[in-house]
Amino acid sequence: MGIEVVVEGLTMSFGKQNIWQDVSLTLPAGEVSVMLGPSGTGKTVFLKSLIGLLKPQRGRVLINGVDMVGGRERDIYETRKLFGLMFQDGALFGSMTLFDNIAFPLREHTRKRESEIRRVVMERIELVGLLGAEGKLPGEISGGMRKRAGLARALVLDPQIVLCDEPDSGLDPVRTAYLSQLLIDLNARIDATMLIVTHNLDIAATVPDNMGMFFRRELVTFGPREVLLTSDEPVVTQFLAGRREGPIGMSEEKDAATLAAEADSAPARPADAPRVIVPQLEPSPGLPPRAAVIRRRERVLGMLDTLPPAARAAIEDTYARHATAPTVPMPSAGGGA
Amino acid sequence: MIGGALRQTGRLFALAAEVSRAVFRRPFQFREFVEQFWFVASVTILPAALVSIPFGAVIALQVGSLTQQLGAQSFTGGASVLAVIQQASPLIVALLISGAAGSAICADLGSRKIREELDAMEVMGVSPVQRLVVPRVLATMAVAVLLNGMVSVVGTLGGYFFNIVLQGGTPGAYLSSFSALAQLPDLYISELKALIFGFIAGIVAAYRGLNPRGGPKGVGDAVNQAVVITFMLLFFVNMVLTGLYLQIVPPKGG
Repeated sequence: MGIEVVVEGLTMSFGKQNIWQDVSLTLPAGEVSVMLGPSGTGKTVFLKSLIGLLKPQRGRVLINGVDMVGGRERDIYETRKLFGLMFQDGALFGSMTLFDNIAFPLREHTRKRESEIRRVVMERIELVGLLGAEGKLPGEISGGMRKRAGLARALVLDPQIVLCDEPDSGLDPVRTAYLSQLLIDLNARIDATMLIVTHNLDIAATVPDNMGMFFRRELVTFGPREVLLTSDEPVVTQFLAGRREGPIGMSEEKDAATLAAEADSAPARPADAPRVIVPQLEPSPGLPPRAAVIRRRERVLGMLDTLPPAARAAIEDTYARHATAPTVPMPSAGGGA
Repeated sequence: MIGGALRQTGRLFALAAEVSRAVFRRPFQFREFVEQFWFVASVTILPAALVSIPFGAVIALQVGSLTQQLGAQSFTGGASVLAVIQQASPLIVALLISGAAGSAICADLGSRKIREELDAMEVMGVSPVQRLVVPRVLATMAVAVLLNGMVSVVGTLGGYFFNIVLQGGTPGAYLSSFSALAQLPDLYISELKALIFGFIAGIVAAYRGLNPRGGPKGVGDAVNQAVVITFMLLFFVNMVLTGLYLQIVPPKGG
């Protein structure tokens, strides 16, 4: 089972520039979470802080009792072995073939025999659909393949916590859909805690159990997906609808004057289509059910009273229709679910 | 400005300390060390030999001409061999190690840094300092020591050839003045200098390579700075070591 990640009062700034402040959240063990946010709001910085690559000025990130921000360097290195991080462009070693890249963590941290390493690596290569490309150098393959190879390398040590930095960027919609399914299947298979940073709305709508959003140097919200999907916070509605009108501007955010001017000309804007909560993806047939689903149900039903009414209604609706399914089963889904 | 320079200096020393500690941490990256050693040796041996012949020659010619004017031709050999072994040889080694090997190390680490390879390595629980920097620094140190021996020999032979053949010096006097003026500690200090220069060149190159500023152009700048900083540091350290040596070790002729 995955490990819970507790973030307490994290504040990060580069010089005078404040990235975000006082971020507190808990990634529940074994569940899939998505962090949304416009470009440049420090999502990647947040990921790198979780794993201790960047050191925020204040706050703590607790994993198994180890503080990834202020803890001892040796403990941090040990704890990192629990992580798999998929970098935005793969971050593969340019001088090694894909096979050696993916085998790297195994060769560094285990005493496995070469035949054993070969078996594990080829299994991961098959999982991400790169069979036949294992002898190529990272410079010889496309960006999408590099990303998938990066994912394979992140998975090779059976991590308890998987972090994905924009898994969709540079991928076409079909590959993004496959990747979403891959992430859910992965969660069903290894029951790891997962955090996906993205601004892709399809992934956001179909993959996570929990969602959060960064904006204006703080965490706008974090909680069960229904909370964000039913939220009427202007930032959230603007982002989910992908329209220009709202607090998010071209360069990070708009000032009050621009917002007021926009409000004057507001009648021109057509109303957003009513948002429907798309059902969450199910693991592919043949895989075990996700263990996190049952835990999440307990957890979410337990905190129901603290949630806003719209979110509560959505959750009750979901669980009323189907006792254990993560969300509404798709009407047209035949025997799949 | 001054604060920034002090901070950089502090971080450079911190890296030096971290590397010194990581040298003793298992597992030692033997394969990486051999590869780097081979690489550093292959880019420095030929230029070092080619530079040391004319260098030994000019020193022999200059010293020969001076001693001739003073009427002390019999000491030409000893004087020029001291200049070659103590000063010329470690400095030639320093220039080649930082210019040829240091720049390559800095560019390699810098491009890995901006491609996030080093971050990826840290995320996988592997320390880039232990995995990459330590073998490189040890390789530059080892090559520097061996290269220094080679440059000393080639330089001395060059000096001998030019003094005997071109200036008409006597081979016997040239050789016997070796032992009149030169002593074993001269060789020790020469090798010690080369060892320290190799360490400094490796550390500075690694430090600049690990901290490039802003993309590919930053890597180019880092390489440039690494070479310039190393040169300045090495000439300064050379001055300090020479001063200490002359104070501590009594000269043989005295």
